[in-house]
Amino acid sequence: MTRWMPYPILSAFLLGMWLLLNQSLSPGHIVLGSIIGVAGGLAISTLQIPSGRIHRPLSIVKLAFIVLVDIIRSNIAVTRIVLTPGRKAQSGFMTIPLDLRDHYGLAILACIITSTPGTVWVNFDSAKGVLLIHVLDLIDEAAWTDLIKNRYERLLREIFE
Amino acid sequence: MTVPADLPDWVAILTSVLVLLGAGLTLIGTVGLLRLKNFYARVHAPTLGTTLGVGCVLLASILYFTVLQSRPVLHEVLIAIFVTITTPVTLMLLVSAALHRDWDEGNGHVPMQPRLGPDTKEQE
Repeated sequence: MTRWMPYPILSAFLLGMWLLLNQSLSPGHIVLGSIIGVAGGLAISTLQIPSGRIHRPLSIVKLAFIVLVDIIRSNIAVTRIVLTPGRKAQSGFMTIPLDLRDHYGLAILACIITSTPGTVWVNFDSAKGVLLIHVLDLIDEAAWTDLIKNRYERLLREIFE
Repeated sequence: MTVPADLPDWVAILTSVLVLLGAGLTLIGTVGLLRLKNFYARVHAPTLGTTLGVGCVLLASILYFTVLQSRPVLHEVLIAIFVTITTPVTLMLLVSAALHRDWDEGNGHVPMQPRLGPDTKEQE
């Protein structure tokens, strides 16, 4: 963005991390944290990572809340699968066509899908735009497609595209 | 462990419940790792411990030390952020490695390797 802060979000995150680690909001730590934030941003800029744009900051809060609820729900679902005696989970692979193309959006979708118990991101074919995931409880394929396309991908496209 | 005398009962109870819940979820994840039948299904089980399991333990820690020290103690949030960012990367690497091995050995039950014909351009 500017010469001294090529990655303002990263710099702000580093400042926040510094203040949390030191558990202090004293002016001295704010100055020291700001220096670390700017220095970290400049160090990362030598890697020439493409900078992303966030268009709808409020959607991030909505997405975080949705993901939190989904993580709790799928924790319960996977617990039930593991603890039910003699139950064989119908696990398997499935493909989902994606319209999302932004690198950061895809990275966050990968983290969401993998950190939600019961689904793992396997492979994304960027030429065809087809995502391959592995699902532990593959009974209703349409429901999983609906979940990822309408709950996550729509919001991620709002945020990044 | 000894409970400090000035700790209110409700904090002690809530902290214990959260720690036990977190530990229980991690244990269930480990049992799942043992019980599920193939590698790809097994990858799912430990995520119980790295999501809600770690979340419950961190919430307990935030609650306990915030009340004990009478000021907000929030640096556990950083643990949550770093665990959430790093574990998916490890899991994705493991799954990709397993899939490539299965493709190489020609094992069944895995989807076909995407073919790169002359009409499909490989990006990057």
